[in-house]
Amino acid sequence: MRNEHGSTPGSGLAKTLAGTAASWWGGRSGVQLALLGAVLLATVWLGSNTVASMERFGITPGFDFLHRPAGFEIGESVVAYAPQDSYGRALLVGLLNTVKVAAVGCVLATLLGVALGVARLSGNPLLSVLAQGYVELIRSTPLLLQLFFWSATFQALPGPRQALNPLPGIFLCNRGILLPAFAGEGTGGWVLAALALAGLLAVAGTALRRRADPGGGTLSAVAVAAVALGVPAGLLAGVLANSGLPLAVEFPELAGFNFAGGATVSPEFSAMLVGLVVNATAMISEIVRGGIQAVPSGQWEAARALGLTRGRIMRLVVLPQALRVIVPLMTSSHLNLIKNSSLAVAIGFPDLVSVINTSANQTGQVLETMAIMMGAYLTVNLAVSAAMNLYNQQLERRGRR
Amino acid sequence: MTDHATDHRLGGLAPPRSTPEPRWRALRDGLFGSKPNAVLTLLCLGLLAWAVPPLLRWTLLDAVWSGPADRCAEAAGACWAFVGEKLRYILFGFYDVDRQWRPAAALAILAGMTVLSALPALWRRTTPLRWVAGWSAGLAVVVLLLTGGPDGPAVPTERWSGLPVNLLLATVGMIGAFPLAVLLALARRSPLGGVRLLAVTFIEVMRGVPLIAVLYVATLLLPLMLPSGSAIDKLLRAQIAIILFVSAYLAEIIRAGLQAIPPGQHEAARALGLGYWAAMRLVILPQALRTVIPAIVNLAVGLFQDTTLVIVIGLFDVLNTARNAAKDPAWLGFYDEAFALAAVIYLIFCVLASRYSLWLEARLRRGG
Repeated sequence: MRNEHGSTPGSGLAKTLAGTAASWWGGRSGVQLALLGAVLLATVWLGSNTVASMERFGITPGFDFLHRPAGFEIGESVVAYAPQDSYGRALLVGLLNTVKVAAVGCVLATLLGVALGVARLSGNPLLSVLAQGYVELIRSTPLLLQLFFWSATFQALPGPRQALNPLPGIFLCNRGILLPAFAGEGTGGWVLAALALAGLLAVAGTALRRRADPGGGTLSAVAVAAVALGVPAGLLAGVLANSGLPLAVEFPELAGFNFAGGATVSPEFSAMLVGLVVNATAMISEIVRGGIQAVPSGQWEAARALGLTRGRIMRLVVLPQALRVIVPLMTSSHLNLIKNSSLAVAIGFPDLVSVINTSANQTGQVLETMAIMMGAYLTVNLAVSAAMNLYNQQLERRGRR
Repeated sequence: MTDHATDHRLGGLAPPRSTPEPRWRALRDGLFGSKPNAVLTLLCLGLLAWAVPPLLRWTLLDAVWSGPADRCAEAAGACWAFVGEKLRYILFGFYDVDRQWRPAAALAILAGMTVLSALPALWRRTTPLRWVAGWSAGLAVVVLLLTGGPDGPAVPTERWSGLPVNLLLATVGMIGAFPLAVLLALARRSPLGGVRLLAVTFIEVMRGVPLIAVLYVATLLLPLMLPSGSAIDKLLRAQIAIILFVSAYLAEIIRAGLQAIPPGQHEAARALGLGYWAAMRLVILPQALRTVIPAIVNLAVGLFQDTTLVIVIGLFDVLNTARNAAKDPAWLGFYDEAFALAAVIYLIFCVLASRYSLWLEARLRRGG
């Protein structure tokens, strides 16, 4: 529009935009248009074939089936679900189950992977040999085989009456893992929310301290800690007092043939989580080991010359530098864990793929269900890699300063 | 190699370099040199004392090595008699017993060709053309063997099962993905935006979804995508899914190799009068591929492990036949033994491959 008035700043912008577009396109328009056209034609051809085949089977393409009742049971769910709920609700349950196992798995695998990576570099030969053997064993066998093993192991646990009791209040039996939990409906959720708020406040407070003064002087650490602990604790107390929920921990206890009280983690979820964590721990430990080894040994020597202890050298000098190598690789490791959680379908944990598979077989809406599955994984993957990229950029900026 | 450097970095005080120490003293210092180290050593020994004796009892001392299933039921240890009884089924699945030399020979050919392709001594003597011809001939023989031809009744792919399925899917997956991956990698670095867009979309979509999702799409959606009346075999659908999936990962590896080549190489090739394709084929790709061979080997090992995922679409690979063997009413429930056998098979292949990869990496670094 503005191009008519030759000298407005808009025309300069338009010219730059056009220049960028032209350099992006890069010429050879005939070849490129032919290629894009061919891909488009092939997509249209495959799509029309699919629609025709679906109509031949008497299936109307479209997402209306999401509102129809699903009619199948789902073993476990984060949100309330019953078979008369819609397919849309069933898919949400599957997605939340995937997110649940992947999120818990990522946190545990990161913690254990860092510990194991440090253990492999330990000066203790016995410890590093054991860690190396573990990593080799895990990396040389298929994940699915490991999941089958964990699944069989959890199913082979004794019944509730002979349940294993490795730690007080924790029981292992063929009904799953029983843990102590907060008494009362919803208390656990509020406590989790308070913990999350505390974590958020702590991170924000630390960032604020850094910004106020890189040395961390003006805002005292005590004040940040007081706010981060005090505010959520006060809110939690208020909510609990208001709704009349008790703040008490309930232990699982044997009553008749089964346990009552506490929280139950299903055997399928346990097998899935243990399998994913055991596998990803081995991968992450390799990344951590590589990252630490990439820090030049002069850094160790200089820090030791300054009189720092080994633990402080690791924490203050080596790990911050190693992180720059570790974080991008760790991201792809987390993305792998998320994708690997799709193996749940093989051991009976109702994750997204498993619910999608059941829905596709029941409704015949193959195109739609497959599109939802691909879209969900792509979205989760893009979100995680965007978040990790942001963190990585921050690390790099900190390194340059 | 580098472990010694890290030992002294992390292991408390570094020993003075001038006086060579006896090995036992280094070991003693490593295990009990400081208080935390001694605690760690004791914890590790405790773990070993807790885990090793029951494992030894199960695998060796209390194990049953032969005899019928009821002898196993009485014993507390592993039932290796089950493995002896079911080994044929786990390796070759539903293939006709009297013609099982066919999958055995196919397995041997696939393994042999893989080993031959991995020998750097042979790389210099073959041209890409000969390499393609060799693999084509070998795969044709393998498929001929498995289909039951040229003599005797045909064997449908539903009865192809066990270890040959894993090896076939993995080798054909790697080879089939290779040309596609080279094109994708070149396209992603192309100056042409439209070409780049297509390559980036394909690669990122494939890398963003799990292999199981791609397998489901190939199994459920692919038959609908074809015009009515045409059908594709299930094993072939899985193979196509695997080729497309692997090509995205392989393309990223090759792209990393291409990025490592200094731009001067390309400019020099063009200055000599080579066109784009000739420069790529004769100058850039040979150097780029060479640097990423170890990464390709790792990808191949990962793919070999991932071929077990075809279980979810109902194919019978070696893990599925192992699991199925423990469902036989006569030998019900020996899952641990079945999984142990599958694990040993995979361990042998993968440990050999990772040793090979390390050896190759060292050799390439030396410039051999």
